[in-house]
Amino acid sequence: MSTDTLDRPEAAANEDTQILVTLTVADQLCGVPVLAVRDILGEQVITRIPLAPPEIAGSLNLRGRIVTAIDLRRRLRLPPAPPGQARMSVVAEQGGELYALLVDQVSEVLSLDAALFERNPQTLEKSWAEFSTGIFRLDGRLLVVLDVSRLLALSGEE
Amino acid sequence: MDDLLADFLTETNESLTELDVALVTLERTPDDAETLSGIFRLVHTIKGTCGFLGLPRLERVAHAGENVLGKLRDRSLIATPSIVSEVLAAIDRIKAIVAGLGETGAEPAGDDTALIAALNATAAHEAPVARNAAAPAQSAAPLAEPPLEAEPATPAAVTAPAATAPAAAQTIRVTVDVLEDLMTLVSELVLTRNQLLQLARTQDNSAFTVPLQRLSHITSDLQEGVMKTRMQPIGNAWNKLPRLVRDLSHDMGKKIELTMLGAETELDRQVLELIKDPLTHMVRNSGDHGLETPEERRAAGKPETGNIVLNAFHEGGHIILEVSDDGRGLAVERIRSKALANALATEAELAGMTDGQIQRFIFRAGFSTAATVSAVSGRGVGMDVVKTNIEKIGGTIELKSTPGQGTMFTVKIPLTLAIVSALIVEAGKERFAIPQLSVVELVRAQRGAGRVAGDGAGHSVIERINDTPVLRLRNRLLPLVSLTELLALGAEDNADSAAHVVVAQVGQHMMGIIVDRVFDTEEIVVKPVAPILRHVTMFSGNTILGDGSVIMILDPNGIARATGVGAGSESRLMRASLIDTQTSADKTAMLLFRAGETQRIGVPLGLVARLEDIPRDKIELSCGAPVTQYRGKLMPLIAIDGAINQERPKQPLLVFSEGDRIMGLMVDEIIDVVEDRLDIELAGVRPGLLGTAVIGGQATDVLDTGYWLMQAWEDWFRGVPRQGSALGQRHVLLVDDSEFFRQLTVPTLGAAGFRVTAVSSAAEALRLRDAGTKFDAIVSDIEMPEMDGLHFARIVRAGGPWAGLPLIAMTAHADMENARMGREAGFTDYVAKFEREALVASLRTSLAEMVSA
Repeated sequence: MSTDTLDRPEAAANEDTQILVTLTVADQLCGVPVLAVRDILGEQVITRIPLAPPEIAGSLNLRGRIVTAIDLRRRLRLPPAPPGQARMSVVAEQGGELYALLVDQVSEVLSLDAALFERNPQTLEKSWAEFSTGIFRLDGRLLVVLDVSRLLALSGEE
Repeated sequence: MDDLLADFLTETNESLTELDVALVTLERTPDDAETLSGIFRLVHTIKGTCGFLGLPRLERVAHAGENVLGKLRDRSLIATPSIVSEVLAAIDRIKAIVAGLGETGAEPAGDDTALIAALNATAAHEAPVARNAAAPAQSAAPLAEPPLEAEPATPAAVTAPAATAPAAAQTIRVTVDVLEDLMTLVSELVLTRNQLLQLARTQDNSAFTVPLQRLSHITSDLQEGVMKTRMQPIGNAWNKLPRLVRDLSHDMGKKIELTMLGAETELDRQVLELIKDPLTHMVRNSGDHGLETPEERRAAGKPETGNIVLNAFHEGGHIILEVSDDGRGLAVERIRSKALANALATEAELAGMTDGQIQRFIFRAGFSTAATVSAVSGRGVGMDVVKTNIEKIGGTIELKSTPGQGTMFTVKIPLTLAIVSALIVEAGKERFAIPQLSVVELVRAQRGAGRVAGDGAGHSVIERINDTPVLRLRNRLLPLVSLTELLALGAEDNADSAAHVVVAQVGQHMMGIIVDRVFDTEEIVVKPVAPILRHVTMFSGNTILGDGSVIMILDPNGIARATGVGAGSESRLMRASLIDTQTSADKTAMLLFRAGETQRIGVPLGLVARLEDIPRDKIELSCGAPVTQYRGKLMPLIAIDGAINQERPKQPLLVFSEGDRIMGLMVDEIIDVVEDRLDIELAGVRPGLLGTAVIGGQATDVLDTGYWLMQAWEDWFRGVPRQGSALGQRHVLLVDDSEFFRQLTVPTLGAAGFRVTAVSSAAEALRLRDAGTKFDAIVSDIEMPEMDGLHFARIVRAGGPWAGLPLIAMTAHADMENARMGREAGFTDYVAKFEREALVASLRTSLAEMVSA
């Protein structure tokens, strides 16, 4: 079991670069600050939780700890994943609890120049703007930086 | 060294370290109420503990320090550096004394008068004075100097002994985090072991088999050991209390007896640690404020010795701790005026509050009704700390107090972290765990939409009364809930497939949970659910099974609440209130049907043994009255409107039974089963109906079961029809072991204007008495198992709050000889079972005599 107890700032300590774990959800390239990520998991057995909010895919066992899985597609109000598609999880910690964000694919860790960073365009759809801190302009692609703590801030609802 | 003292030293050293930090914070931010309260509590705890350990010097210093801190907390003093220095000096003195204690086991000699005088001088200055008189405050400083000078010396003196004292102890303190991590690691180890065993099974004669077996054993032992480190009997938290109570009774000149029940109840050590202090506070409060002096008790007609009872038990996945006393109860008036004086509520708000709500003010910070501040308690730290600490671990605290009878605090702590045995079930392709504690039995049943005709013994069939599933279980109808439907699992219950019914007990109620499959039982470690899921009350936690899968733990209480079974019992304040669920004002499951010209008639579901649909041609005539052959016997049939509807091929019946007597009531149609309050608002004028009540939002006639039973069996009660009229709400306790008679008597007496609480045994009745419940009269059966009515009457008459109540016996043998024995035992009157008119008349006469006497 990892006993990593680092305080996790929103981005890497270095002001000039941000290190992001890139992932794909519904064909959109996204990134989360590498320090917010605790684990990357492949396909997992997920136990459904009846009566839970729709964003909650269920819970899974990560080395003896119970992790609540949140379906990122549902959280971002995207259509559900096609049936049978293998999904990966990005595990993050919030308030002492572990959460797994279900994504379509986790690709690589990128170190990005802060100069490429821009704030969210005003017109960005609300469901995305709510969870995004900004955009990185990559060659040929745009990368949306996701705010993990806001994605996990579900408990206040209901 | 005494165990108590060793514990005290370890705790105090920890508190002192915290205090140093907190005081420095306070100096920087003198307005921080939270820091101040924290400091105050720490000092208060030190003072409280050394009070009963017999450490007078330490207690005096702490008391003086607390006085100053109290003023700071109340804002009548402002935390200036000089005041903080004084408090620091007091704390240094405490440290020095504690260090001495650690070395020698006794308080070192020393003179604290100067320090105490300085502290008291500071405390004596109220805020307005302190502002203008900065100089006098300064002039007090020289007085405080001697301890200040001593300051550089003390820290050195403290650290050395503080380090050696705990080292001498046989135990070490380990943070719960370390144990938690250990537990997680062991869980992982178990999972890995299971996987290895799985692999080994597929290979014959593997060289790994033997070492693997050993690994498996060691893993099991290790798991058990780690679990053991976390579980402790609650008695461990109680072992200081007898001493505390003894000293308390000594100091206060009271006679107190402490009874501790359920000391072996095991509980997670983390939880145990956290409830230790609140418990001590509560017991101290009970002894100090709750119980009266022997003189007062004698004047109130109570035995001189007051009782404090501690009771711990598991209930529905929780641990319940009750602290009760038979003292004077909470003075609602004083709490009300205090709340008003402290501006906690306005007069108008208070006027709208029930006594219970007003009593809850004692849980507010800084609230104390004790007129004088004693060394024992009375600073109003107690109850708000208690509440805060209990809520910190997700528990709740309730209180119930009756003036003159005593007070009972009920603490409910969730079983989080605790290990329970659970039944693993499957519904809608998902597996769930049900805590074994609440499971009574398992019944295999057929999900039959189509009733199996003539189905006798063998399979139970789940039947439906207008979509409400019920199961016939040993002559009773058991309300059922389908887990698949309740949890919206989507998969439709496959009609006609086999199902299992988990019969669960929730408080006083039984309920069946329909599941698809039942696996075995497993020991599970309850883990709290993620905060996101806390609102789903159907789950009490989740856990990881041996095969590594995550599984949700069902909370039978939550399910009962969600479905309305035993509604109203969620407050579960105390035993008495659980028993109270039979009170006529509480909700009752009512079977609604249609018969004759009356549109809706209701009958308590508990009275109905069975529902039947018999073919018309099975109804025969015997001496002109309709009967049917039922289970090898002739069952008399009664039609409510007197006429038998000949047109329909089937006749719905409500079957009532008691002992070997049965009867069938012919009705037109069964409508529904609803949970509602049974308040009969209009007493009936028609024979056969008790009156009219609003059930499920509609006026419904309530069946007078007794009348119809008598129609079928004239000698059923050897009685005559009732005649009701209104009477002031007198509270009557009914003691009868026969569920049937209770169900019958409660509505009858209710209709006659009495409020009725029914219990099933004399022991239960006496528990109510000891819990302080008040009644105006008692009606008791004579023949009862364990303690019979005569014995019960003698106990009631022997003393206690009920000694003077009218006591009416109810028996099937109402002859002269029995009546004489009854009177000798202390019964006021003797009534044949069940002459309602006589019973009602007897109750009225006895109550009238009471009033005139």
